[in-house]
Amino acid sequence: MSPIDKHNRLDRRALCRAVLADRGDMLVIAGLGAPAWDITAAGDRAENLPLWGGMGGAAMIGLGLALAQPKRKVLVITGDGEMLMGMGSLATIAVKQPPNLAILVEDNEHYGETGMQETHTKHGVDLVAIAQGAGFKRTMRVTKPDEVEGLRAAIHANGLLFASAKIGVENFPLVLPPREGAFLQARMREAILGPQAHHQT
Amino acid sequence: MQDDSSHQRTDSAVSWPDQIFDLLKSHAIRQVALVPDAGHSRLIRRCLADNSMEVVSLTSEEEGIAMLAGAWLGGDKGILLMQSSGVGNCINMLSLSILHRTPMPMIVTMRGDFGEFNPAQVPMGNATQTVLEAMGTLVRRADHPEDVAPTVDATIRLAFNTLRPTATLIGQRVLGAKTFGKD
Repeated sequence: MSPIDKHNRLDRRALCRAVLADRGDMLVIAGLGAPAWDITAAGDRAENLPLWGGMGGAAMIGLGLALAQPKRKVLVITGDGEMLMGMGSLATIAVKQPPNLAILVEDNEHYGETGMQETHTKHGVDLVAIAQGAGFKRTMRVTKPDEVEGLRAAIHANGLLFASAKIGVENFPLVLPPREGAFLQARMREAILGPQAHHQT
Repeated sequence: MQDDSSHQRTDSAVSWPDQIFDLLKSHAIRQVALVPDAGHSRLIRRCLADNSMEVVSLTSEEEGIAMLAGAWLGGDKGILLMQSSGVGNCINMLSLSILHRTPMPMIVTMRGDFGEFNPAQVPMGNATQTVLEAMGTLVRRADHPEDVAPTVDATIRLAFNTLRPTATLIGQRVLGAKTFGKD
């Protein structure tokens, strides 16, 4: 698959696959909708938590996980609409500065699951500038295929990161993860904590 | 007998925030998410002074529901401290706690509940228990100082033993109503 679409924008599935290549023991939270399908298309596994709801909460789930597992990299991949709903969490996360957390917004400037209505990023709202203003010291804007490997390296490097990748508006075939949230939670806990995860009280 | 019990009431009236802090420690609560409330101020100071706790001040209470879902994914136990007005901000995010079966204990200090002065606090205060229960949360109230610690203890046990959102509502009768100098 070409990493770029006919409008010269990044292909979200190719971007996601490239970012998740050789991921090691990285833990991945995906915001509801297309980002959840994207990480699943790249390969469903216990270290993935694709969200089916909780819009606006993906980055904060990443914070709680990053604080609980300081030795593991945590990546939140979410959409522009989901991130706009949780913008306050950028302030909360910047104050905590967890060095093992990275947030990647796949920004297609539209609400993809509800009929492609435009989001605020289509009208000039700059999530990278907002993250910088909140106190993220490492930020990235990605628009070209040759920047994707640098993005992957930045995610794996030490230090809190906020990145925005402008992607195309194409909708790809659905690749759905399991819908049982208790299973999704339990399998990640087991992957991190071992079988005793199911006996924690 | 009577003297002893009134003595106990007096102690609890002063020390229930410290009793909650001791419970957080005995239950190995490591992440404390909060939006400040005057009723929680002593407990918040105790948590901030404890270097083994991650205390996270939120811009909105729903961030705490999401954060504690992540904490539990990574094996950390957490708790959310907030005022009753903040419960309204949490409602949709509680969908995740139900779907994922995440232990989600909350300690809510009530406004709009008992002798309230501010009319804007009444609608959410009056609805707090109803909306939490509508979102599958087991709610227990403490309206006397000596009830606070056992109720919080039960709330934490219910959350982590039975994998669901739970809440203790600490009544305004315990906290004393804010009067804006009008008493």
